Amino acid sequence: MSDTTSERKPGYKTYFAVYAALVCLTAITVTTASLNIGRLAIFAVLAIAGTKSVLVLLYFMHLRYEKRLLVKILIPIVVATLAVFIGLTYTDILYR
Amino acid sequence: MSSHEHAADPDRGRIGMWLFICTEILLFGGLFLLYSVYRYKHPADFHAASLDLSRFAGTLNTIVLISSSLTAALAVHELREGRIARAKLLIGATLLCALAFLTVKGFEWGAKFEHGLYPNAPHLLSLPPGQILYFGLYFTMTGLHAVHVIVGMGVFGYGLREMSRGKVTLKNPILIENATLFWHLIDIIWIFLFPLFYLIS
Amino acid sequence: MGDTTHPAAAPYFAPHDGKGGILAWLTSTNHKRIGILYLALIGFFFSTAVVLGVLMRIQLQSPGMRLMDARTYNILFTMHGILQIFLVVIPGIPTIFGNFALPMLVGANDMAFPRLNLFSWYLFLSGAILAGVAVFTNGGAPDTGWTFYVPFSLKTSVNVPLATFAVFVLGMSSILTGINIVTTVHQLRAPGMTFFKMPLSVWGLYATAWVQILATPIVGITMLLIVVERLFGIGVFDPTKGGDPLLYQHLFWIYSHPAVYIMILPAMGIISDLFPVFSRKNIFGYKMIAFSSLAIASVGSLVWGHHMYVSGQSDTANIVFSLLTFLVAVPSAIKVFNWIATMYKGSIKLEPPFLFALTFVFLFSIGGLSGLFLGALAANVQLHDTYFVVAHFHYIIFGGFGFGIFAALHYWYPKMTGRMYSKRAAVIGWLVTFVGFNAFYFPMFIMGWQGMPRRYYAYLPKFAELQLLSSLGSYVMVAGLVVIIGNLLYNAKRGEKASANPWGGATLEWTLPSPPPLENWEEPPTVTKGPYDYSGLGEEK
Repeated sequence: MSDTTSERKPGYKTYFAVYAALVCLTAITVTTASLNIGRLAIFAVLAIAGTKSVLVLLYFMHLRYEKRLLVKILIPIVVATLAVFIGLTYTDILYR
Repeated sequence: MSSHEHAADPDRGRIGMWLFICTEILLFGGLFLLYSVYRYKHPADFHAASLDLSRFAGTLNTIVLISSSLTAALAVHELREGRIARAKLLIGATLLCALAFLTVKGFEWGAKFEHGLYPNAPHLLSLPPGQILYFGLYFTMTGLHAVHVIVGMGVFGYGLREMSRGKVTLKNPILIENATLFWHLIDIIWIFLFPLFYLIS
Repeated sequence: MGDTTHPAAAPYFAPHDGKGGILAWLTSTNHKRIGILYLALIGFFFSTAVVLGVLMRIQLQSPGMRLMDARTYNILFTMHGILQIFLVVIPGIPTIFGNFALPMLVGANDMAFPRLNLFSWYLFLSGAILAGVAVFTNGGAPDTGWTFYVPFSLKTSVNVPLATFAVFVLGMSSILTGINIVTTVHQLRAPGMTFFKMPLSVWGLYATAWVQILATPIVGITMLLIVVERLFGIGVFDPTKGGDPLLYQHLFWIYSHPAVYIMILPAMGIISDLFPVFSRKNIFGYKMIAFSSLAIASVGSLVWGHHMYVSGQSDTANIVFSLLTFLVAVPSAIKVFNWIATMYKGSIKLEPPFLFALTFVFLFSIGGLSGLFLGALAANVQLHDTYFVVAHFHYIIFGGFGFGIFAALHYWYPKMTGRMYSKRAAVIGWLVTFVGFNAFYFPMFIMGWQGMPRRYYAYLPKFAELQLLSSLGSYVMVAGLVVIIGNLLYNAKRGEKASANPWGGATLEWTLPSPPPLENWEEPPTVTKGPYDYSGLGEEK
């Protein structure tokens, strides 16, 4: 009994497609960094990093095929927790 | 009775591993919090300091790590199909990528040391505070990340041995599955470290 | 239905397969044995910490007392804090009763990861040993307070790196326990036990486990940063290098405030189990109590800045954290009201576990209400770093967790040992402890309000009478503790044999023999009733 979590398992095509996307996004982010767009740059590179991470989470780490709700909500919970920790710290940093 | 329950409960190990992954994200999260605050306070210094890093090395390492994630994911795929030999080859490829990553990292750090850019170096201390913090965070975060790479390699090495001994199989893939989850996490952390340290424009 | 499951099976603590003795215990992955292993270590750490506390109280007995110098006093309150917080109260209930009782409470034969469980105990022991080694090496025991505030912790010549690394290791142990508990609750419940048929003690442990998982990593990285800062001088907390010492406080309290909910939530959960049993009546507001545990865990993670009101933090942060702090009081209050309502028109049995449980509610309420004073910005300016704070957290932690774990010990004692303690000794011990406790800590509210600073080894003559009362109270309290603990230790092998269900509880552990065998159930039990459904349950004596 191998993997009872997935209805459809990803195959080589999916994995290589994701890999290609990750490499492309890397190229895009490096290029973005050399453009002169000032403060927008940090948001752009973080957005791209976020996208790459989501691809790794969904396809390489199989969250796309995950059946257990507990596992599926963990990353959102962790992201929310970090956001709260950082956000509330900024109520101090921003206004000191 | 617990080992009998083990086989009947395939979700258990995976749930435990995901919970552990959450703790690792939060561990690095504290460092990202510090980075965020100090970059907010010293934007120009962070930019100036980042010019000392090699964008080429960083990009190369990013591609290497992404590739290692691919080989690791494919290894799990092969394991689930029962093709142990191929799985072992792919884990081996992952390990090679990891070694390449650490080698590049080693050269990078060496270059920094040579330029007097290590914590408490006289040259570093002569720079503006924002730059001192940048390098302090650089070594701490990439250092902690490298420690995780080494641990991941160790677990994969152990996994290779267990596959050879027939302990990790299509019916009992949990060790390699969990090891690759850990490995993808290492990849994700680097996916964020790379732009934050190398791509400040 | 008591002893019929395993008529001939040996108790879990007896030798099995010809293997007995220390080595069998140190290599056992059985949840009951691991619970007892934790109990042994934690009992030792608690006793040591109490001794340190008594030494402090002797020093504070009179204004001119010079039993020790100031630096030694600093070391004492630091080690007392490290022991009590990291080695007793945070691990306390999750490791002792999370291990011993949780699998039985959900109808399982063990935790989800038995080997990881034993590994967690070894991590716990390792952390303790590292802390012990830190006391004797490289400058010796830390004198920074258990909070390790920078810049002092970066500059003081004592062995801060090893002590903080010990805390890191203890944090890892706590995280693994949390992972074990969450997975056990999700995966190992007996057939028929939905989430809302779980005992509330399980809900308490479950909510706590989430805090262990989500908050502990932050103290982990903070402790590592202290080590790295001291060894390499990276500068993140050093103002001369651009670092911000307040960021240390933020990172530290982001964990250490939720940590106090790790301390109290499991105790509250156990109290929620005890009120129905000893009122012989279903709990009032089961769902509210269950959800309030989750609410305390989540809202409690948003309030850490209330430790930093006078640190130099922004006014905006102060206002935000104060508001959130008032919010977190609400779910605790809900629990208190529901416990009291459970007693209404119940058939009360004032057995020792319930005596401790009632005292828990009383003392915790006092401590909790004093927290409202501290949460108010204006009052905090006067009260911060005074004895008022010391009184507040001792009422909450000792009055709360302390009396809570005594309640748990007196409740599950027959299950753990197969015997009953002397109820008379238990009540005497309770009374002496209770009187001593209040004589010890209540004057601190007054002294704090009058301006007595905390962490001082000497004081102005105007505090002499109350300090003396406090010290005398502490000696009385310790005498009471000796009676309580002595009673439990003495009767562990000599007490009258106990039945499977001496309290008439309806949760699953009482269907097993006292003590249970190594393997709880051959077949998992099927659950049809709720955990506080006493219909059809006769009483055994």
